[in-house]
Amino acid sequence: MALLEIRNLHAHVEGNEILRGINLTVNAGEVHSIMGPNGSGKSTLAQVLAGKDAYEITEGEVIYNGKDLLDMEPDERACEGVFLAFQYPVEIPGVSTNYFLRAAVNAKRKHHGQEELDAVDFLELVKEKAALVELDSKLLNRAVNEGFSGGEKKRNEIFQMSVLDPTLAILDETDSGLDIDALKTVAHGVNTLRGPKRAMIVVTHYQRLLDYIVPDFVHVLRDGRIVKSGGKELALELEAKGYAWVDEEIKTAATAS
Amino acid sequence: MPDASNTLEQWEKQEYKYGFVTDIEADAAPPGLNEDTIRFISAKKREPEFMLEWRLKAYRHWQTMTEPTWANIKYPPINYQDIVYYSSPIKDEDRPKSLDEVDPKLLETYEKLGIPLAERAALAGVAVDAVFDSVSVATTYKEKLGELGIIFCSFSEAVQEHPELIKKYLGTVVPYTDNFFATLNSAVFSDGSFVYVPKGVHCPMELSTYFRINAQSTGQFERTLIIADEGAHVSYLEGCTAPMRDENQLHAAVVELVAHKDATIKYSTIQNWYPGDENGVGGIYNFVTKRGICAEENSRISWTQVETGSSITWKYPSVVLKGDNSVGEFYSVALTNLCQQADTGTKMIHIGKNTKSTIISKGISAGKGQNTYRGGVRINKGASNARNYTQCDSMLIGEDCGAHTFPYIEVKNTSAHMEHEASTSKIGEDQLFYCNQRGIKLEDAVSMIVNGFCKEVFRELPMEFAVEAQKLLEVSLEGSVG
Repeated sequence: MALLEIRNLHAHVEGNEILRGINLTVNAGEVHSIMGPNGSGKSTLAQVLAGKDAYEITEGEVIYNGKDLLDMEPDERACEGVFLAFQYPVEIPGVSTNYFLRAAVNAKRKHHGQEELDAVDFLELVKEKAALVELDSKLLNRAVNEGFSGGEKKRNEIFQMSVLDPTLAILDETDSGLDIDALKTVAHGVNTLRGPKRAMIVVTHYQRLLDYIVPDFVHVLRDGRIVKSGGKELALELEAKGYAWVDEEIKTAATAS
Repeated sequence: MPDASNTLEQWEKQEYKYGFVTDIEADAAPPGLNEDTIRFISAKKREPEFMLEWRLKAYRHWQTMTEPTWANIKYPPINYQDIVYYSSPIKDEDRPKSLDEVDPKLLETYEKLGIPLAERAALAGVAVDAVFDSVSVATTYKEKLGELGIIFCSFSEAVQEHPELIKKYLGTVVPYTDNFFATLNSAVFSDGSFVYVPKGVHCPMELSTYFRINAQSTGQFERTLIIADEGAHVSYLEGCTAPMRDENQLHAAVVELVAHKDATIKYSTIQNWYPGDENGVGGIYNFVTKRGICAEENSRISWTQVETGSSITWKYPSVVLKGDNSVGEFYSVALTNLCQQADTGTKMIHIGKNTKSTIISKGISAGKGQNTYRGGVRINKGASNARNYTQCDSMLIGEDCGAHTFPYIEVKNTSAHMEHEASTSKIGEDQLFYCNQRGIKLEDAVSMIVNGFCKEVFRELPMEFAVEAQKLLEVSLEGSVG
């Protein structure tokens, strides 16, 4: 059974249809990349999977681990192993990253009937994971994302992902705003987390990230539909020929049929 | 799709779950206020003549006054002749005999707040002799304080036992002519606390109303007087996080603090009176006058308040910085939900040289709550090198609430250094979603964000109180998610 099965998914926001029939199957252990130009619906797909309530689902279904994902609250999805690395991580003044993350870890543990981690055990876990993305552990005592640089915010997302150990990780434009060194650090963190039990969906505009996080599959999103799927070489082809090339291909295909 | 805004709404609509029982004792003065009522109160309390005279002077002055209307609050007119100004303390035989007789809902709240068992009984109004532990606790404390010469007793007791101190200090900070509500209080005050810390003594423990809660109910016109003599230090905690039972709608309390040379008084309040229902019916009207004077050099007064209850809060804990180098501080969290209205803030009056004041105010509005910060900073002519820092932040939850800020600044000395910062933010759907996406439930997320917002104030509270305050917000913010 696939880990994630998206069937004919349609989503609206304020009367506009953004997703127009997405079909996608993701198995455990796989890394899928969703590429597409601005406005194609990439981020919407990521947020809909995580449960953002601004979107109205009008058609379709999403089966995750044999369960109806769309029927679950966002926090329940998170506890069941869905993680979204945000494109624009939010600041929470007065709440330290450590406190926030421990609350998250313990919410998840509670959900699975495990005992909550105490401060000491938690700090031990965190120390090791922070090193993975070269995140200064001093940052963890500061308020969540407050005063963090763009790169620190993105590393913080991957750091949280490593601590929360998700089954399905969705990375929403994690590369945006990163310089090449930060990109490499983040990619290293992500690659370390790859494994046979975990699937990843990497949403990106540019091929650049995929030099470092090499996907098993690449999908091109255009006007709310996946119009082309292929292996990692598809990303390179896109980089060379541009998104217009995909449009041409679709047109040609349409004329031929 | 789950709807976060919907659940937020439900949270906003949430009622104060732990309303109290109406049970007015029969042994009371007839409703209404005249000189006879005051004589009756004074006689019931077997007060010395000077006390009665003072009350009567206040009453006569009060008759010349009109109720203030400048605050940003609305309420139906109060008929002062409908109020019962004296009722005897509840007799032990009329109290619940044990916790088994207490409303389980109330007990549930205590449980959630983590209040120790012994204190639960006292809070729920269980008869004193049934409250085994707290009696001995209170006695132990009293003995220990006595050894250091610290006086900590009810105001009535102080009038009997230490009339010279009452005569010397009563009305020196808040005169009986001060304002409509303070003057009313001066005429009819029921009871409250009295603290005197002698020269050079650092009070070794937080003085909490907990330890005298079982003495008798303080009533609706509470009066408290705290004096820290030269070099003395004291930290006083008022109120508690547990929902308090009270049958009286109008509360008009007065608190006076006097800090002598090198003395420090820290006064922390948690106020959680009944806020009324979602239409604003039935809540407590809380009109409080709190003021401290840093009478001599190097003295310090710090007010910290967490205001979550009452349907109307009218309260401006202030500091008169008379002594040179004295310091005044005000840290406040005020939460209004349902139809609650709060008009609260502080006044810092700089008279001495090199005086310094800090104001940190956090207002949270939800439901149809209206939250007003009203602050005054005055730098008098002789107050050279005075400094003030003011920060007032408002947070809005939902669409129907309001936040208002009225800062008054009056500077008569050009060497003053003033800073003022203000912000208003909305609790963001984005913040909530971020927390939810990490597995944190909606109500926990709301309470986490709000607690973060209040952090600068909570860290001023004594440790245990801070934990309680956080839990209080959590419980107040609890809604039915899903």
